[in-house]
Amino acid sequence: MGLVLLVVIWLITFISTYFFIAKTWWLPVGASAAAAGIDHHFTTTFILMGIVFVAAQVALGYLVWSYRDRGSAFKASYSHGNTTLEIVWTVLTTILFVGLNLTSSSIWASERFRAAASDSVQVEVTGMQFAWYFRYPGPDGKFGATNPELEDASAGGEAALGLDTKDPASKDDVVSGVMVVPVNREIEVILRAHDVIHSFFIPQMRFKQDAVPGLAIHMHFTPTQTGDYEILCAELCGLGHYKMHGIVKVVTPEEFDKWLAAREAEKL
Amino acid sequence: MAGGTGGGETITMSTHESAVQAAHAHAGPQGFIRKWVFSLDHKVIGLQYYFLALVAVFVGMFLSLLMRIHLVWPTATLPLLGDIKPETYLTLVTMHGTIMVFFVLTTAPQGGFGNYFLPIQIGAPDMAFPVLNMLSFWTTFVGFVVMIAAFFVAGGAPLHGWTGYAPLSAVQSTGPGEGLGADLWIISIAIFCIGALMGALNFITTTLDMRAKGMTMMRMPLTVWAWFVTAILGLLAFGVLLSAGILLLMDRNLGTSFYVPLITVNGQLTGHKGGSPLLWQHLFWFFGHPEVYIAILPAMGLASQLLSVFSRKPIFGYKAMVYAILGIGFLGFMVWGHHMFMSGMSPYTAFAFSIMTMGIGVPSAIKTFNWLGTIWGGRIRFDSPMLFAIGFVSLFVSGGISGPFLAQPVLDIQLHDTYFVPGHFHLIMGVASIFGIFAATYYWFPKMFGRMMNESMARWHFWFSFIGTYAIFMPMHYLGMAGMPRRYSQMTEVAYLHDLIPLQKFITYAAFITIAGQLIFLVNLFWSMFNGKKAVDNPWEATTLEWTTATPPPHDNFGGHTPVVHNGPYEYGVPGAPRDYVMQSDPEIEPAH
Amino acid sequence: MASFSTTATVTDPRVSLGDDGIVPPVLAGGGDDGPSSGSPDYATRLRRARLGLLVALTPVLMLFVSFTSAYVVRQGLPTLDPRTATLVRDWIPVTLPKLLLINTGVLVLSSVFMELARRQIRNEAALASADSIAGDSLDGESKIPWLPMTLALGIIFLFGQWMAWRQLAASGFYVATTPSSSFVYLLTGTHAVHLLGGVLALCGAGVASLLGLSLTRRSIVVDVTAWYWHFMAGLWVYILCLLEFAS
Repeated sequence: MGLVLLVVIWLITFISTYFFIAKTWWLPVGASAAAAGIDHHFTTTFILMGIVFVAAQVALGYLVWSYRDRGSAFKASYSHGNTTLEIVWTVLTTILFVGLNLTSSSIWASERFRAAASDSVQVEVTGMQFAWYFRYPGPDGKFGATNPELEDASAGGEAALGLDTKDPASKDDVVSGVMVVPVNREIEVILRAHDVIHSFFIPQMRFKQDAVPGLAIHMHFTPTQTGDYEILCAELCGLGHYKMHGIVKVVTPEEFDKWLAAREAEKL
Repeated sequence: MAGGTGGGETITMSTHESAVQAAHAHAGPQGFIRKWVFSLDHKVIGLQYYFLALVAVFVGMFLSLLMRIHLVWPTATLPLLGDIKPETYLTLVTMHGTIMVFFVLTTAPQGGFGNYFLPIQIGAPDMAFPVLNMLSFWTTFVGFVVMIAAFFVAGGAPLHGWTGYAPLSAVQSTGPGEGLGADLWIISIAIFCIGALMGALNFITTTLDMRAKGMTMMRMPLTVWAWFVTAILGLLAFGVLLSAGILLLMDRNLGTSFYVPLITVNGQLTGHKGGSPLLWQHLFWFFGHPEVYIAILPAMGLASQLLSVFSRKPIFGYKAMVYAILGIGFLGFMVWGHHMFMSGMSPYTAFAFSIMTMGIGVPSAIKTFNWLGTIWGGRIRFDSPMLFAIGFVSLFVSGGISGPFLAQPVLDIQLHDTYFVPGHFHLIMGVASIFGIFAATYYWFPKMFGRMMNESMARWHFWFSFIGTYAIFMPMHYLGMAGMPRRYSQMTEVAYLHDLIPLQKFITYAAFITIAGQLIFLVNLFWSMFNGKKAVDNPWEATTLEWTTATPPPHDNFGGHTPVVHNGPYEYGVPGAPRDYVMQSDPEIEPAH
Repeated sequence: MASFSTTATVTDPRVSLGDDGIVPPVLAGGGDDGPSSGSPDYATRLRRARLGLLVALTPVLMLFVSFTSAYVVRQGLPTLDPRTATLVRDWIPVTLPKLLLINTGVLVLSSVFMELARRQIRNEAALASADSIAGDSLDGESKIPWLPMTLALGIIFLFGQWMAWRQLAASGFYVATTPSSSFVYLLTGTHAVHLLGGVLALCGAGVASLLGLSLTRRSIVVDVTAWYWHFMAGLWVYILCLLEFAS
């Protein structure tokens, strides 16, 4: 039985590890400025924890086989433990765990402690059951007022947001069902939600943030590759949670300016 | 049921009569209702909790099977149940999680085995407050009935997940099931809180005040330490959950705005304003994180016990194990924010919580090293309790390794609310704890029922479960890394998710097979109660006090006398001893270190 | 090196027979560790009951700590005004009815009476055991009915709270009117529910007396209820201060 346990534990360990190392299913290719740092730290964590995983499981399998009862000629060793060993592995574990965390803290700080640059492209992202809307402030650089009493989701776009057209600042706001951003510019995202908590998740950008009703949360990311990327809702928001998704199109700066100008022209 | 059936030979004639007298003095109540329904005997109450959890786990597994089917065959029409709509899927998710966490993982290890064996292991005749104990079970039972009732009311059971985030859970119009069903869900949990607090009261008072002579705190088995600390966690955490539930009921039904800001649902203003959804998360997770330790600590205590018994070796580092249990309990209250890294919480606070979270990995690692250290140098017997204990260690390692990924906020950005998370918590909390329940069943069945379980069926059950649960939950880590979000009822809407359907199908097939394997356990359990080989009083040759009693133990556990303890709980393989184990109540040995 | 005395226990590993290998006589034991033959004595039961109460008060405390933290956070919490997308604070303090001060006095006085009742029955129980007379001897000793007086004041307090809620409602503050009013009803209501539990326990002790249940048992019930009562009085003062001063 000891041998069977060893074989099964080792097989499970090696098969799981194989799929991790072969990256059969893996993180999608990163397309933002933060991705490199995050992925590097992911790899570091992965290697260190992978070593621990394999070592612990291999040891377990080996020990249960090696110390199987082989008859009364062999005695169990009567030991209540080894304090030195305890201290050593406690200290090592602490260094590993805390060290890992501290090395990641600088990336976290740069992503989250710092506000968006003053020249970033602003996009207000609003989640509601079950769609995402994107609003650009227009030439005046200001987001106009919205009024919940004016909301009408069936009319889409501005009506869905409840845009208050009486506010002069809203006249030039551009509302879109698709998020369009220029590559290599910092994008400031202002996250809002109308009804319940949603979460704005763009896997390739390594970007996720809950959109919470009652808050306007400011975040930022910098896309570094053009292309179309899926936006998924990553916080349970009701029966349509699985189909609440959107697209972010990362385009060249020229294409972005053209697109935005065309949309702004519609508002005149 | 006269006391001392097993020890008749060694009692002299002159004391035999007094033993019989004592037995009659402590014979339990007569009559079916007082003996089996409203029993005050902690052993009966323990069995009642156990069987409640058994019903709950099969309900929970059934719900998860329906989830797995719908996820990979969303358009399938099931016999009797028809089509599963997206909202129904979410109801299954919600009730599966709630029933498993509360009525299985917080019920069987603590209310079930803890109730049965804590008093015996410390040498007490019962819990401190037997009437309260009886009430705590029936309160929990009522809670379960109310929870199940949610399925059958208008609108059905809620869809807001076992975590019940507001405003989804706080406003009745956010989705089907969020009406009366959600109210019943909250009420059920509130009732459960009361029952759990009553139980915690008993466990703590009993452990502190009713230990037999010689049973010092540092001679208590690690199972007792685990039940004791688990009770303390429950004592501190369930009151907070209750408070969260009260506020939620008020928001839903009295128009208050504790959790709900100014929102519109389907374009309609709800009349709330100014509340904070994050308040719910803070209160819920302040309970929720200690809750996961409540779910796993008893299994950790039992694993220590079993690895020692079946390796015929003392536990490696008893004191360290005690400190680790205390450390996990204490730190468990300081890490709740790691469930909220993406919530809109301040990033500085997130950083503080993440450091604490990495910290709590340390005592868990210590325990794992010590388990390996216990096996090292042993003479392992591969009886079924040991198989599940070994399985527990493997699963705990696997589940634990994914923790440091989630504990670091930069990595959590990618992994939060993906399948990586259920992969992590099912391995380390769900399956590991269930393996603890199985191990406890195989281990203590002989003492509870006087018969052995069938060992061959037990082995089949072990292999189905061990390989099966890995096959179900290991792939979830891959899915999470690839970007599969949680709580999606189907994968048809997002292009890259189509590529992940084959892996999800593999998981579904594995789930079918694994759940089928649990039927082996069920058959074994009931068959052995009536037809199992008769058990001796101490079939595993273990040292703790429950193995000194008659089988099953008499009403007052020790047949009229109080044991006196001279030894620690893990004296196996003592050099110079006549046999390879020394009971806790045997004359004192001088330990040779 | 381990050494063993050669007693019978070692040869029969399945049943341990205690200290010296002999089953102790039936009537011994029952000292301060658990009933082996007969119930534990009064001192043990009292200690155990008090320990149980201390443990039971912990989740009650956690409940109110949780409410307090929600209260403090909510007061300072700005919320997004969707119209202007700016953060605003919307805390409007509630003027508490003066009646609450009177109720506080009633509760504090009841706590004094409760303590006197506790000591009274404790002395009775001590006297009764000294005289080896089971049950009551209602003659002699101070016979001021502290317990019924406590009960009366407790009921007056609850009635007073009810009146205070009606006054609040009359001045326009219902449970959902403002966040501050929600908390007033929440905190005072939860406290009242818990105090009602104490009132019921006192009724139980009174009924037990009428039914002639044992003095020691009643004494323990009253003792434990007394500590619970004092805790509830202290909690009330805390709640009042929180609502009045933490604004």
